[in-house]
Amino acid sequence: MSSVGFAEAIDDAIAERMAVDPAILVFGEDVQLLRRNLYARFGAERVRNAPISEAAFLGAAVGAAMAGLRPVVEIMMADFLTVAVDALVNHAAKLADFSGGSWGAPMVVRVACGGGYGDGGQHEQSLWGWLAHIPGMAVVVPSNPVDAAGLMRTALAHDGPVVFLEHKLLADNWLEALGRGGRSGLEFDVPPAGARAAHPLPANRVAFGRASVVRSGGSLTLVSLGVGVHQALEAAEALAEDGISAGVIDLRSVSPLDRGCLVEQVGQTGRVVVVDEDYLRFGLSGEIAACLLEAGLRPRFARVATEGTIPFARHLERSALPNPDRVMRACRQVLSS
Amino acid sequence: MPADPWLIYRWMLASRLFEQEVARLWHAGLVSGEMHLGTGEEGIDAGVVTHLGEGDAMALDHRGTPPLLMRGANPVSLLREILGREDGLCRGRGGHMHLFIPELLSASSGIVGASGPMAAGFALASQQLRPGRVAVAFFGEAAMNEGALLESLNLAVAWRLPVLFVCKDNGWSITTHSPSMTGGALLARARAFGMPAADVDGTDALAVSAMTEALLPHLRQGNGPAFLLARCVHLDGHFLGDALLEAVRRPLQVLAPMAIPLARSALSRHGARFRDRSHAVTDLLTRAGRASSAARSLPDPLDRTRRALLGDPDRLRMLEATVAAEVRAVVDVALEETP
Repeated sequence: MSSVGFAEAIDDAIAERMAVDPAILVFGEDVQLLRRNLYARFGAERVRNAPISEAAFLGAAVGAAMAGLRPVVEIMMADFLTVAVDALVNHAAKLADFSGGSWGAPMVVRVACGGGYGDGGQHEQSLWGWLAHIPGMAVVVPSNPVDAAGLMRTALAHDGPVVFLEHKLLADNWLEALGRGGRSGLEFDVPPAGARAAHPLPANRVAFGRASVVRSGGSLTLVSLGVGVHQALEAAEALAEDGISAGVIDLRSVSPLDRGCLVEQVGQTGRVVVVDEDYLRFGLSGEIAACLLEAGLRPRFARVATEGTIPFARHLERSALPNPDRVMRACRQVLSS
Repeated sequence: MPADPWLIYRWMLASRLFEQEVARLWHAGLVSGEMHLGTGEEGIDAGVVTHLGEGDAMALDHRGTPPLLMRGANPVSLLREILGREDGLCRGRGGHMHLFIPELLSASSGIVGASGPMAAGFALASQQLRPGRVAVAFFGEAAMNEGALLESLNLAVAWRLPVLFVCKDNGWSITTHSPSMTGGALLARARAFGMPAADVDGTDALAVSAMTEALLPHLRQGNGPAFLLARCVHLDGHFLGDALLEAVRRPLQVLAPMAIPLARSALSRHGARFRDRSHAVTDLLTRAGRASSAARSLPDPLDRTRRALLGDPDRLRMLEATVAAEVRAVVDVALEETP
C-alpha cells in the first residue's frame, strides 16, 4: 500500500487550493527547491524564492494579505521567526482588532520546529506557547499527515493569520536535510504513525480549536501535541500493561485551545499529564492547568516540558526534551496517590 | 606589518585538515545535526585574523571554527565540543554553530546576520574600555539582506564604532543564487552608509591580509567602521550533505527519486502556463550545474597560498608534515575517553 509523508501531505493540500485560488502565493527562502513540486506546477510567479530577509518578507506577507492575496510564507525554523516577529505580533495579529473588524490578514506562516536530531538550541525550539501568547493568531501543530493536510485546508480558508508548525521529526525532508544529510545508519525517534499515512488521505478539513481524543482512558489523561502525542501514546500503552487505563488528547491547535475537551476528559479521570516540547515556564502546560482550575477542577497535575536551552550533545538533548522515560515518571507521579 | 605567508599557510592548512577530520567524524555519524564547514573561506579568515591581537573581538557566524583555530583556540577542546562532549569547549552544549571563548572575545551564532549587531556591541565596549582595539564581524553575502545587519552598518557609522565588517561572498544563499535576490552592489551599499569599503579576491590570503592591513588603521584611530568584501567558494557546499553539491556528485541517487513527483506536478491540470512550468523544471534541473560551475570558477585558497612558498620546497614539505602530524595528534587526543 502506498503512503504519503507529512510534508508531502501539506504540499498536496496547498497545491489543491492553489489550483483553484489564484490569490495563494508561496514564498520564503529556498522554496523553489524545498517545494519543488509546487514550483514545477505553479511557476516562479507564485512560488518565489526570497532573500534572507525574514522581517521584510514576513512583513510583506501581512501587507499582501491585506491587499487581496493569501500568502503561504515559509520561515525555515521557528527559531528564525524571532528576527521577524514584529510582523506577526504587532501587525498581523492586531489588524482585525485595530480596524474594528473591518480588515483581516489571511495568511499562513509555515514553519519547521522541534528537536531530536542534535542541531543545538538555536535550531530546535518549538515556541508555539510563545506565539500563542499573542491574541489574534491561530497556532496549529499537527501530529500526523492526515491532520496536517486537514489543518492546512482550514488555514487556507481562515480569515486571519495562522502559524502552522511542522515538527522536523515528522517532516522527512527536514530531517533528511538537517539531521541525516545523506548519511545512513543514524537513529532518530521518528514516530511512524506521525511521519506517514496511507494513501489517499481523507479530503476533509480539521477545524481549529478541536482537539482529538486519540485514546480513551479512565484513570489518567495525557495531553500533548506534535511528536509528544506519540510519546504519550507509548506511555499509555506501557501503563495499559500494568492495568492502568490512560487516555491521550492530541490538541492539534494551541490557539484556539480546545478547553471543552480538556475539561471533559480530565473531569472524568482527575489526573492529567501534559507532554509539551515547548518551554516549561509561562507556556502551554501552565495554560492547561489554569484552564482546568478555572473550570472548577482540582486534578492531580504533572508536566513534561523543556526546562532550559536545548543542549547540542545528543544525550543531553534527549533528557532536556520530553522523552518516554520522563513521561512515564510523570504518569507515576500523578498516579501515586 | 605585512603578514608572514608561512604563518598564513600554516593556519590555513591546519584549519583545512582539522575540518576534513570534522567531516570524516560527521560522515561516520559521530557528530549530529548540520555541519557548516569553512573550507574555501580560509584565505579570508587567515588574512583578517593575522592582524588581530589581544583585546580584539570576533563576532562569528555558523562557520566559526577556522577563525577560532587561527586566533589560538584550543583545537582539542574545539573538536570535543563539535563531538558534543562534556569536556568540550562549551561542555557539549553549543556545538559547531555556538562556540564561545570569552578570553578571545569571540562568539558565534547560527542566526544569519547576527554577527553585525554583536560586533557593534563588542566595538562599543572597545571604544569605552579598550581604545584602539577593534571588533570583526564575519558573515556571508546573503546576510547583507538581513535587516539587523544593515542596521548595524548604520549604527557603527553613527557611533563611529571600530567594526571591520567582513563579507564572505560565495554567491549562494543555500540553494538560491544570491545576485538574483540582491539589489544593487554590496560594495556600493556599504559605501552608501559612509564607511570605507574595499573588495578583494578572498581566495588570495595575502591580498586579504594586505587589504585588512590597509583598512584597520581607520578603525584603530577611532574613525569608525570599514567594510571588506571578499569573494570565495564553499568547497563543501552550504553544509555537509548539501543537496546541490550532492546532485552534482551523485546525480542518479539524488535526482532520480525527485523525478516522478516533479513530472507529475508539472503535468497536473490547473497550474501555471506551460512556458512557466517548463522554465521552473529547467531551472531545477540546471541549478546544481550552475552551482558547481560557480564553485569551479575560483581557485582553492590553499593551493594559491602554497604557490607563493614553492621557492623553498624543503621548508614547505617540513611545514606540511608538521601540521599534518599536529592535526592527527589533536584528533587522537580529542577522541580519547577522559575519566
